[in-house]
Amino acid sequence: MTDYPSVSFEDRMERTEFRVAERAHITVDGDSCRGCTTKACVVACPANLFVPTSDGGILFNYEQCFECGTCYLVCNTEGAITWTYPDGGHGVVFRRT
Amino acid sequence: MTDTDILVVGAGPAGAAAAIAAARSGLRVTLLERGPFPGSKNMYGGVIYGRVLDGIIPRWWEEAPIQRWVTRRATMVLTPTQALTVDFRADAWGEPPYNGATAFRPDFDNWLAGHAVAAGAQLICSTTAVGLLRDDTGAVCGVRTDRPDGDLSARVVIACDGVNSFLAKEAGLYPHTAAEHFTVGVKETIALPRAVIDERFGLRGDHGADYEIIGCTGDIPGGGFLYTNRDTVAVGLVLRLPELAAQSRRPEELLADLKAHPAVQPLIEGGELLEYSAHVIPESGFEMMPELTCDGMVVAGDAAAMCLAAGIWLEGVNFAIGSGIAAGRAAVEAMRLGDTSVVGLAGYRRRVESDFVLTDHRKLAGIPELIMSPRVQRSYPQLAANVVERIFTVTNPVPKPGFGRIVRDELKASGVRLGDLARDAWRGMKGFG
Ligand SMILES: Cc1cc2nc3c(=O)[nH]c(=O)nc-3n(C[C@H](O)[C@H](O)[C@H](O)COP(=O)(O)OP(=O)(O)OC[C@H]3O[C@@H](n4cnc5c(N)ncnc54)[C@H](O)[C@@H]3O)c2cc1C
Ligand code: SF4
Ligand code: SF4
Repeated sequence: MTDYPSVSFEDRMERTEFRVAERAHITVDGDSCRGCTTKACVVACPANLFVPTSDGGILFNYEQCFECGTCYLVCNTEGAITWTYPDGGHGVVFRRT
Repeated sequence: MTDTDILVVGAGPAGAAAAIAAARSGLRVTLLERGPFPGSKNMYGGVIYGRVLDGIIPRWWEEAPIQRWVTRRATMVLTPTQALTVDFRADAWGEPPYNGATAFRPDFDNWLAGHAVAAGAQLICSTTAVGLLRDDTGAVCGVRTDRPDGDLSARVVIACDGVNSFLAKEAGLYPHTAAEHFTVGVKETIALPRAVIDERFGLRGDHGADYEIIGCTGDIPGGGFLYTNRDTVAVGLVLRLPELAAQSRRPEELLADLKAHPAVQPLIEGGELLEYSAHVIPESGFEMMPELTCDGMVVAGDAAAMCLAAGIWLEGVNFAIGSGIAAGRAAVEAMRLGDTSVVGLAGYRRRVESDFVLTDHRKLAGIPELIMSPRVQRSYPQLAANVVERIFTVTNPVPKPGFGRIVRDELKASGVRLGDLARDAWRGMKGFG
């Protein structure tokens, strides 16, 4: 391949502005996830916010979320994801998009 | 009395256009936006096709915050090791009234919403609509917001709340929410000096280039794009959700592959990543459109799946503006009639049916599905690239094979059946012809 300068995922996300709200606008019910075989959210979430845990659950952090909707659209387990928009004025702020 | 006459939810292009059209009637119009300013939540490719603005902002090109005027449009067909590009230039697109322009949405949407304010609309930012208000007949009569005492009552609500439209869903208008109707777009905005962009893309002055790319998403139906801004380049992918979710590579990894492709890498190398972003597209167009109207409410733009994703065309902003104007005018008409039920609001559907918004969508109804089929995604790009490679490969001392022979050979090798090719060609002709 090539020598394109690669940035770590952390660094990539730091280049986008997030005004983090106190309230988590998305919550994930770890118990529902334990029975999920696809773990579709893990590969699909562009912000990489769904982290599988060793006991088959999911660890989720809402802070650097693009508010895109991918996760609830690909998740097939009723009740696993509770999805709302962040409170007004909070969340992602795009500048050059 | 209600808090406002016409309440527009979402200050994207659909909402801003609706508010402009409605506020110019002199009625009370409120434009609600959850972001700290209009455009702050909005990401796209992107190119804006501005002619739809002619009717509401004469000579918009003299003031719109654009990056470059697109005078070069290329369609790139990629295989992992080949690239076949159709590259078109038109100098006329670099002069008024122009054709397409690259622009940043936080700039553009903010500018367009400014026109709504100038027309008399009240813009309220940093406020999220969290549900619908209904009167005793069940008609929509406003929204609840996340502000304390945050109910906003209105005679007509225009839902321009984008692809996830929780308002259209709550109103029961949106039956098609299966993941297969949606793609996610991821994009990197990459900084490069203006002169470097001019040189690499063969551009001068404020001219810009637009590349649509197919064959760069592996087994996932989708496509890629590359757009020039003044001193940044936007490179991204759109990926259909079920197939993205069913494989093991993450969006940024798939994008890294596109950036490393020999036909793309020289265009962007050395640039610095400024911003990473993602947003979902309602990909199926006409096939997934919701009901557009219920008592007290109309739905416009991406909230009504009005984005046109037809392979060579990715147009959502102009369709959002077109439908927004129609929604704003229809809401005013309903208010004047004193009937804001579905009957009074029927002018909205009439308007979008008679202009480009639904005419184009209806005509191209089968195209998004065709574009996403495995043959268009993989077999045809490989076939076309192989045919062209053979045509230009000099086989001395073996004499040149004829084109017919090359096409027959490669068709056979590709495994594409003639019947399927003919059927796809027919479907394509029906939509594009
Ligand atoms: C990757 C990608 C590439 C694209 N490329 C192009 C392109 O090159 N050219 C093109 O023309 N189109 C393109 N599109 C499509 C285009 O971006 C959309 O069709 C267009 O933005 C739709 O406009 P809209 O006003 O309907 O919705 P949006 O632009 O999504 O605006 C919706 C607004 O509503 C606000 N909102 C949402 N919910 C609420 C709520 N509950 N309360 C208050 N406010 C709310 C949002 O913050 C937002 O400002 C692309 C899209 C993507 C994702
Ligand atoms: S959020 Fe949904 S897709 Fe992800 S692990 Fe849980 S159940 Fe599975
Ligand atoms: S909304 Fe998008 S960015 Fe946010 S968690 Fe879901 S998939 Fe990830």
